[in-house]
Amino acid sequence: MNRYGAPAWHLIALIACYAVALYVFTRVISAGIVLGFLLWFVGAVILHDFIVLPLYSLADTGLQRGPRRPPVNYVRVPAALSGLLLLIWFPLILRSSEYYYRASTGLSTEPYLLRWLLITCALFAGSAIVYAIRRLRR
Amino acid sequence: MDTRFGGKSVSNASRERRKAQGARVRGWLRGQGQPPGPFRPEFWRSPLRGPWLTSVFGLVLLVGLPIVALTGLVSYAAYNPGLPGNDMTPEKGLLGFYLFDWPTSPVWLYRLTQGTHVILGLTLVPILLAKLWSVIPKLFAWPPSRSPAQLLERASLLLLVGGAVFEFVTGILNIQLFYVFPFSFYPAHLYGAWIFMAALVVHVALKLPRLVTALRSRGFRREMRTNLRDTRPEPPDPDGLVAATPAPPSMSRRGLLAFVGGGSLTMFGLSVGQTLDGPLRSTALLAPHGRDYGPGPNDFQVNKTAASVGVTDAQTGPDWRLTLLGAQQVLLTRQELLALPLHTYRLPIACVEGWSTEQEWTGVRLADLARLCGVAEPGGVHARSLQQGGVFNRVSLSAGQVADHRSLLALRVNGADLSLDHGFPARIMVPNAPGVHNTKWVRELDFRTLP
Repeated sequence: MNRYGAPAWHLIALIACYAVALYVFTRVISAGIVLGFLLWFVGAVILHDFIVLPLYSLADTGLQRGPRRPPVNYVRVPAALSGLLLLIWFPLILRSSEYYYRASTGLSTEPYLLRWLLITCALFAGSAIVYAIRRLRR
Repeated sequence: MDTRFGGKSVSNASRERRKAQGARVRGWLRGQGQPPGPFRPEFWRSPLRGPWLTSVFGLVLLVGLPIVALTGLVSYAAYNPGLPGNDMTPEKGLLGFYLFDWPTSPVWLYRLTQGTHVILGLTLVPILLAKLWSVIPKLFAWPPSRSPAQLLERASLLLLVGGAVFEFVTGILNIQLFYVFPFSFYPAHLYGAWIFMAALVVHVALKLPRLVTALRSRGFRREMRTNLRDTRPEPPDPDGLVAATPAPPSMSRRGLLAFVGGGSLTMFGLSVGQTLDGPLRSTALLAPHGRDYGPGPNDFQVNKTAASVGVTDAQTGPDWRLTLLGAQQVLLTRQELLALPLHTYRLPIACVEGWSTEQEWTGVRLADLARLCGVAEPGGVHARSLQQGGVFNRVSLSAGQVADHRSLLALRVNGADLSLDHGFPARIMVPNAPGVHNTKWVRELDFRTLP
């Protein structure tokens, strides 16, 4: 292998990628949003790789280390789905976007918290039913 | 005395320790051994991580993400940014190379492409999260690089992961009207997409052979028949995805795939209703625009109330006049408009935020209004609203859009007068146009040739 460490097309492909990114970055500068854009772009990586992922990994580890090990997947699956819904829709569920939501739609974000709680209950109930059926069959 | 003596020896010992520590850190930086924690292979213990699993997630994204990206680019074209005042990103430069005149047929095209963009994007969130989880050990691979090639490739992952998360976060916050980002959504989402697409194309080009090899390494059907008891880690791989010291599995591989797929189904099932009409619309329990407004003719999704943009009953009352600008200037009351030939069409209204609904609109053809002010073959129209401020209080429509016989200045919907929130006294309705181009509370239509 050469000193670069990969075939020439590898270098060409990556240079093309950086060239496009650099050109797009000049557009970001022209749009006058460069500081916020950079902050949110790098922030997105930090948010996912160093906050969201470690947090759900820790929660999962905690779940598996309980004093009496629960039937782990029957808790972890509904909990994760409920957490996913909260992660995506928190501006509606926690009513953070109430001001613009009301201005736009003429409605309140109020019903979303109850909807999320009911969906969460349904997920855990469904999981419990599947668990019970499997226990009985065994 | 004893304490002083003791203190001195402790400080000697701590100096020794610091020295040893410094040597170790210099060693790590030279690539001898790894720093503790996530930099060590034995830190990552999931028995399911491996090239096959990563490739399954990768394959789904390889199909899904290009659809999300292309429908996004289509949405930019749908705004007809070449016409005056329509371009939300006038500094786009070469990135507008593909733009084309947006058609009025089929009327459901924008409903389909933008619904797909938003709903498929939401559906892919769990897959993206699972894909990133499956490769997280590589973020901490030590030493950072063994060659310039590896360094260059790893740095490009910042564009890939940053671009992906940035696009999903801005899109998801925007459809919920949670405007916390310190920039306008349009340029940020468009330019972020181009950076992401560039990094994705190169990532796919570099990894595709490995994806194919990994997918062939295990039979999908056999994996679907393997229960928890028979689940074993994948064989060690050169990329270091497979755990060096795997924990016993708590979930089978098929269980994990069903788990992630179930997450996608949940996202899809709770949001797709906002793109549908009829009873299925009420299934959009966690989607911003699938709400029930009631049973009346005007009870469908509102996307800017009159109150929020300062349009009042006084402005839209009997004193309201529509101004037509062409070869001559014509002023019309609403009664005079209603006396003109009226036409009724069922047309969808489809928003950039992904929701859509089809309603029955009645109004005067834009082409008829152009003739009324002496313009036989309009080159387009510039519509202005009573709405104060905001970027969508005006719109330019193309010659093709004005010429379509279904393009209306709508006065009624589902047999009733428009409500104030739906644009009373008159609004634009153009087939297949993005929702914000169906300008509400129209006060002026300028048919003089667009520059």
